[in-house]
Amino acid sequence: MTPENIDLAFSLLPLQLCNTIYMVCVSAFFAVLIGLPIGIVLTIASKGHIKENLKLYKMLETLVNIGRSFPFAILMVALIPVTRWIVGTSLGTTASIVPLTIAAAPFIARLVETSLKEVDRNILEAALVMGSRTRHIIAKVLLPESLPSIVQGITLTVVNLIGYSAMAGLVGGGGLGQVAIQYGYNRFNTFIMTVTVILLIVLVQVVQWIGNGIAHRIIKKRGKIG
Amino acid sequence: MILEVEAVSKKYVHAGKTAHALKDVSLCIEKGDVYGIIGLSGAGKSTLIRCLAKLVTPSSGRILFHGNDIAHMDKTTLRTFRKNIGMIFQHFNLLSSRTVAGNIAYPLEIAGVPREEQNRRIDELLGLVGLQEKKEAYPAQLSGGEKQRVGIARALANNPEVLLCDEATSALDPKTTREILDLLNNINKNLHVTIVLITHEMEVIKRICNKVAVIDKGTIVEEGLVSDVFWDPKHPITKHFLQSSSHDLPEEFFKVISGQRKLLRLRFKGKAAGEPIISQIVKTFHVDANILLGWIDKLKTLIIGTLIIELTGESENIRNALHFLDQNAVHYEVLEK
Repeated sequence: MTPENIDLAFSLLPLQLCNTIYMVCVSAFFAVLIGLPIGIVLTIASKGHIKENLKLYKMLETLVNIGRSFPFAILMVALIPVTRWIVGTSLGTTASIVPLTIAAAPFIARLVETSLKEVDRNILEAALVMGSRTRHIIAKVLLPESLPSIVQGITLTVVNLIGYSAMAGLVGGGGLGQVAIQYGYNRFNTFIMTVTVILLIVLVQVVQWIGNGIAHRIIKKRGKIG
Repeated sequence: MILEVEAVSKKYVHAGKTAHALKDVSLCIEKGDVYGIIGLSGAGKSTLIRCLAKLVTPSSGRILFHGNDIAHMDKTTLRTFRKNIGMIFQHFNLLSSRTVAGNIAYPLEIAGVPREEQNRRIDELLGLVGLQEKKEAYPAQLSGGEKQRVGIARALANNPEVLLCDEATSALDPKTTREILDLLNNINKNLHVTIVLITHEMEVIKRICNKVAVIDKGTIVEEGLVSDVFWDPKHPITKHFLQSSSHDLPEEFFKVISGQRKLLRLRFKGKAAGEPIISQIVKTFHVDANILLGWIDKLKTLIIGTLIIELTGESENIRNALHFLDQNAVHYEVLEK
């Protein structure tokens, strides 16, 4: 732990931590924007649900499965042309957002589907008898009823995205991952490596803690815990 | 005629096998009725009430609401139908994400009722079901009876003509069951809401229904006024329901039946209960009558008394006594087993 190292850490880490947070937050936002509607459609189009449409279900499910079967490292490289087309470059933090979003969206879709399917069919039946339309059932029944579970799912996705974003650092994606590679690995700087790892651990803990806190508060408000 | 079920059948095909949940069921439900449909589990009652709620489509036959086939309704008629049919459930099916007030608001929201009108209506309904102080509670904080009251308030929010009750008291304890049944009775009497309920408990039928249909293996085996069906049940299933709702005589009493010892079930209604039939046969025919069991069934419109007695004496005398009962049109049955 030399003074140079500490200086280096201070000049690198705050900025790259911000970059990581930026990548993760923006990609999580877009992933939810894409994944949530897909998850909803996957739910209501499934067998025996309110808008059963097995063709649509099969199609979306295949799409989601394809998305989820790519290892992130490969997806990132494979998507370089797409990233260039959208962002204009395939390097840097903003460019990493594209593969991160595309990796997380199918994941969110699956988690949302699982959460929404937990809503008791009898409650849907009650809503149907009262004359609910599909949009009522989605907005007033399915999403509110499964909100704690969806929050947990998004938390899980954000944690995964932190891991993926570090991988993005491998190919010039910026963020803490890049610091770990450039300084910790390529230049054998154990100090920088250690601090980076600790920062990542803390970041994951904080995200998990916030997510659990929100889910717990919702459940508690609804009177399900003591 | 508010609801008519015309020759409704429902088939389910599962793994190549066809199961008939309903076979050629016909019913007429008139305005003001409290119509009970009783059956064992798997008898098809649940499918039947789901057909009435348009949650299940019959394989054949029609269901008419004010003469309109509910299977072929345009958007406006369907909306009127939905608004006029309320439903409550065995497991209440409340939204856990909403408070009591929020649950009652749901049908009003989706019907596009303005906010202030919603609030006024919510308070009115909470008063009706007696839950004013639980307005801001969540379902998880309520007891079963309270949850069902919320269910009832929610079902009545849009002033329906018909309330469908799907085993509404089956998950409740006896005291709460009585309270909920009394509430339903009041709703029928004071708000003139027609009630259709399904149940497996004769107590429910006895307490609030004026008409009953007994369903077994997908068909209606007996139907009519509760007072008639109670007085003179015909189908074995009906008798089974009546027996299980009353009192059982210990087995030992059936072992000693002979020509000189018979078990009789006597039934009385209205004025007949006033005549001293038993002391008459004892005096006239030199037989002994030992009263084993006696009880009174209070139906919605009629009180029926039942006595189980043991007659002992000379075979000849007992035959004469029975003959006397026949002549006096006493409703009795000689019990055997």
